[in-house]
Amino acid sequence: MRKILLVATMTTVLAACQSTPEAEKPAGVEDRKPTATTPGGPSTGAVKPSTIGGDPLKDPSSVLSKRTIYFEFDRDDIKAEFIPVVEAHGKYLRDNRKAKMLIQGNADERGSREYNLALGQRRSDAIKKRLIVLGVTEVQIESVSLGEEKPACVDHDEGCWYKNRRGDMLYGGEF
Amino acid sequence: MQAVRAVIVALAIAGSAQAQLSIEITGGGADQIPIAIVPFAGEAALQPGVTEVIEADLARSGRFRTLYTGPQNPPLNEATNVDLAGWRGRTADALVVGGVYPAPGGRYEVRFRLYDVPKQVSLGGLAYTITPAQARATAHRIADFIYEKLTGDRGVFSTRIAYVVKAGSRFQLQIADADGANPQTAIQSNEPIISPTWAPDGTRLAYVSFEAKKPVVYVHSLATGKRQATASFRGSNSAPAWSPDSKQLAVALSREGGTQLFLVNADGSNLRRLTSSPSIDTEPQFSPDGQWIYFTSDRGGSPQIYRVSTGGGAGERVTFSGDYNVTPRLSPDGKTLVLVTRNAGRFYVAAMDLATRQTQVLTDGGRDESPSFAPNGKMILYAANDGGRGVLAATSSDGRVRQRLSVKAADVREPAWGPFPGN
Repeated sequence: MRKILLVATMTTVLAACQSTPEAEKPAGVEDRKPTATTPGGPSTGAVKPSTIGGDPLKDPSSVLSKRTIYFEFDRDDIKAEFIPVVEAHGKYLRDNRKAKMLIQGNADERGSREYNLALGQRRSDAIKKRLIVLGVTEVQIESVSLGEEKPACVDHDEGCWYKNRRGDMLYGGEF
Repeated sequence: MQAVRAVIVALAIAGSAQAQLSIEITGGGADQIPIAIVPFAGEAALQPGVTEVIEADLARSGRFRTLYTGPQNPPLNEATNVDLAGWRGRTADALVVGGVYPAPGGRYEVRFRLYDVPKQVSLGGLAYTITPAQARATAHRIADFIYEKLTGDRGVFSTRIAYVVKAGSRFQLQIADADGANPQTAIQSNEPIISPTWAPDGTRLAYVSFEAKKPVVYVHSLATGKRQATASFRGSNSAPAWSPDSKQLAVALSREGGTQLFLVNADGSNLRRLTSSPSIDTEPQFSPDGQWIYFTSDRGGSPQIYRVSTGGGAGERVTFSGDYNVTPRLSPDGKTLVLVTRNAGRFYVAAMDLATRQTQVLTDGGRDESPSFAPNGKMILYAANDGGRGVLAATSSDGRVRQRLSVKAADVREPAWGPFPGN
């Protein structure tokens, strides 16, 4: 009996490690998203209730729950509609100096993988630059690129490519 | 992080068999040498028989037309006094005869002889004492001998290729013989692996893995399965390229802002910056003489190929036609630059003669990328797309002969042709 329980617990922990909980997905985006997964997984399997108004990063009504910035073809400028999102995260990072962010830039599938990696880097760098201007410190942000390797959408058309030309802002513990 | 690490399995190259690449030849060159390979006497003792492997190798090169002979009566072997005048009437320009003979200790001796039929002379022959497990490798060496004697170029049938297989959400970096046989998994991950590239000494691969949720450059020793993060700096680390002496790598790093080229020793020491531009500089590639690094940059507005001295300095532009030329790859003799070019939104592998600057488009897939030269410069392996699925393809360097290599129910991409064995 004891053995069976142990196996059951291990399975739960493994499942917690490997699953990708689906918090606040933007419509149509299917890939890995910012989540509250703790790397390594919780040891008890207990679920911590999230109170609305508690952690603003997880509150779906907060602009801070928005983590994805979309870009036009071959562009890295942040479009007007996404500026409030970046500014909200800038304020959060400024108010929470211990908070750390990983920005993952992405590109659509067309062309060379390595060149697309560099295009994704340019997008994550653009978000990072904007956050630095807003008063966030360099040590709080790492900007990287996933190139075309982690598409949010896998069809071969512009609707899909737009969803893949994106930057995702992830906080510590979310990636 | 712990969970991610746990699912990455590094394997020494001795792993289990994987789904094998199947090969389909889709072109035909002119000037093919008609060759008759008489089935090797006694080869039924070996699995596979050597004749079929030699024939498949030569056919795949596009430079031979194999003539069916069937068993001969009386039987022919390397010791027979062959009636070459008689073979002339059978349109064979070259004839191979040989046999497989039991040797002490469960071994076999494989002997063969190659004849130039029109000249009615022997071009030589060899004998190998092998274990049954070495049958395929021995056949590749015989094919290499025949290829070199008849074309003047060194054969690549004993070389290996590396490529990435994506099956579901799993990525495997695999190594196989140049004919797709004996695939083995060097590393498996649930995060992407891209840009594998062989050290010229053939003992290691460098590649980019996303297991840390960002690109990191690893150097992986094939014999031991041990690997080391050679470039794991803040930001992105990618596009590894080996120096001809296998001692250092050129890489693209974003640690100082933007994507710029750096040189680093294979053990991760002695990092120094190579380019300083406000643009993207990536996809470095050493020239075979080690004097230059060719790379992709959009410093002129669109991505084009440039080159810079390995000592540094200002880069010079190499490609001028079209608005998208990327992924520079130099032929082993340094005379031809192969690249990926975009035309009307589609992507093709093209070859540029560096002396005349004439460019020839070699492929017609439309989603062709990641070209990689065979070590003899005669074939180019690349990634293509077949109905939404990634396949590997190869073209002769003149674009006349093509082959397609695919794995059932999986995506294959990022091919890299390894060096000659024993280099």
